[in-house]
Amino acid sequence: MMHWQVIFPLFIFLVIIFLIGIWANKHVMNSNSFLQEYFLGGRDMGGFLLAMTMMATYGSASSFIGGPGVAYNTGLGWVLLSMAQLPAGYFVLMILGKKFAIIARKYKAITLIDFLRERYQSNFVVVVSALSIIIFLFSSMAAQWVGGARLIESLTGLHYTTALFIFAAVVLVYVIIGGFRAVALTDAVQGSVMLVGSIILLVGTIIAGGGVSNIMHDLVAENPKLVSPFGADNSLTPLYVSTFWILIGIGVIGLPQIAVRAMSYRDTKSMHAAIIIGTIALGTVMFGMHLTGVLARPVLPGIEIGDKVMPLLTLKVLPPYLAGIVLAAPMAAIMSTVNALLMLVSSTIVKDIYLNFIKPKATDPEIKRISFLVTAVIGVAVIFVALKPPSLLVWLNLFSFGGLEAVFVWPVVFGLYWKTGNKYGAIASMIVGLISYITLYDITLKKNIPDILGMHPVTLPILFALITYVVISIFTRHKVNQKQHII
Amino acid sequence: MNDPRFKIAHREAVIGVLLVLINFAIWFGFAYGLGSADPKEYTYVFGFPAWFFYSCIAGTIFMILLIIFVIKVFFRDMLFDDEGGDKS
Repeated sequence: MMHWQVIFPLFIFLVIIFLIGIWANKHVMNSNSFLQEYFLGGRDMGGFLLAMTMMATYGSASSFIGGPGVAYNTGLGWVLLSMAQLPAGYFVLMILGKKFAIIARKYKAITLIDFLRERYQSNFVVVVSALSIIIFLFSSMAAQWVGGARLIESLTGLHYTTALFIFAAVVLVYVIIGGFRAVALTDAVQGSVMLVGSIILLVGTIIAGGGVSNIMHDLVAENPKLVSPFGADNSLTPLYVSTFWILIGIGVIGLPQIAVRAMSYRDTKSMHAAIIIGTIALGTVMFGMHLTGVLARPVLPGIEIGDKVMPLLTLKVLPPYLAGIVLAAPMAAIMSTVNALLMLVSSTIVKDIYLNFIKPKATDPEIKRISFLVTAVIGVAVIFVALKPPSLLVWLNLFSFGGLEAVFVWPVVFGLYWKTGNKYGAIASMIVGLISYITLYDITLKKNIPDILGMHPVTLPILFALITYVVISIFTRHKVNQKQHII
Repeated sequence: MNDPRFKIAHREAVIGVLLVLINFAIWFGFAYGLGSADPKEYTYVFGFPAWFFYSCIAGTIFMILLIIFVIKVFFRDMLFDDEGGDKS
């Protein structure tokens, strides 16, 4: 059972998050452009907010719990791999960047799908995009929800169901009433907690291990491979590790929950500041947490389950009040991911499906009512699913990160930068990317191997999707009138 | 038809691609250039194996400084809200 000194900072953290939701609700109620306010925070984010919401949305349970656990067993090679995430801090904003901000405003786009619909003039693109977002992100939301509840369960000793309801109640209330603005503002608090928490834990672990040199000496004594770039069992080949640059670095452009943030900032000053702040924050958190996982090995030897490394380490090396702050970090990471996904799935249903296909002429009060309702219904549905997650959903969640990248990365990037790119190329590329990724990834799961031809399974599908997009667009160029595009 | 702001946006996107290539080269070069030796023979910098220090610590700090420099020197401010150079 936890000491109250650990639980108290967690409790304060939840109260602050809750108050932000109530404050943001005032903006939602007073806004004269409800959709833009509720789903995009009124395109009003400054640099710090933008940086933190990108970092916090991207950093999830795996950055704080799963990742350090793998690093504990693999060694410094896994920290090297995790540094492939640094481009997510600057590359996404630089590539989508100003072009996306300008065009999204010209198209009056609120969602990523709005942009794709206007760019490709195709309902088929809208349907495939909307289904991918709803299916993949609903399952990852449920998985994060389960992770959040398990974490509260392990920290407080509450029953899983109770923990799930506490976690869900807090998140649902502030997201439903506060919309995107509440999500971004809480992300700033959560991102800061993640940043501070990872620094405290890294310093605490180094001190507990008697300094870096001492810890490295212990690691070499146990297995010299732990301090090599190739991993404890020599399994991390340069090719395999390099292909992670696609999955967790540059491919992040294709994640709708990240891309939508690249059209929500106020001005170019915010964007410039966000690139710098975001890269520093993301680099610090990812480097800090994964390195901590490796350094934990001599400090706290013999942990069998990787996911337990971070919580146990925190309680061992830090005094209780600091442990509470550090343990709020994975909670913050989970919440800040879940709230973005909830907002995105809701905007997809309201804006891209309901207003697009079902009732284009809905009045403002109707839109308002349906937005609150849809967000609440999805949120509650996720709770029920998370009580006893069906195996299909668990399976789908494994595919969601790479699957969304394979679907969206080329239609978004070429949609912005290549005039010849058209709907035929986009549709074919989405389908080829999705199907080849699910097929290849499923092979690795069934055979219990990490790679396809030595590469992460996302690599080839992204390449196939690229070739498909380019070839089909060129062959069908005469079918589409390009003059209408404003890119 | 062609918005003059796009020229700036395109240049900045190219800069983004170049930065990733530089980042990857530093990361890969130091990690596997220095790290392929026998781990028992490694040299250490500030307690870390040299490959790790240069690839993951110094390389990351260098990238952050380079990004700050690039943003301050090459990235341009522009307005989003007006219709820009849209002559239509």
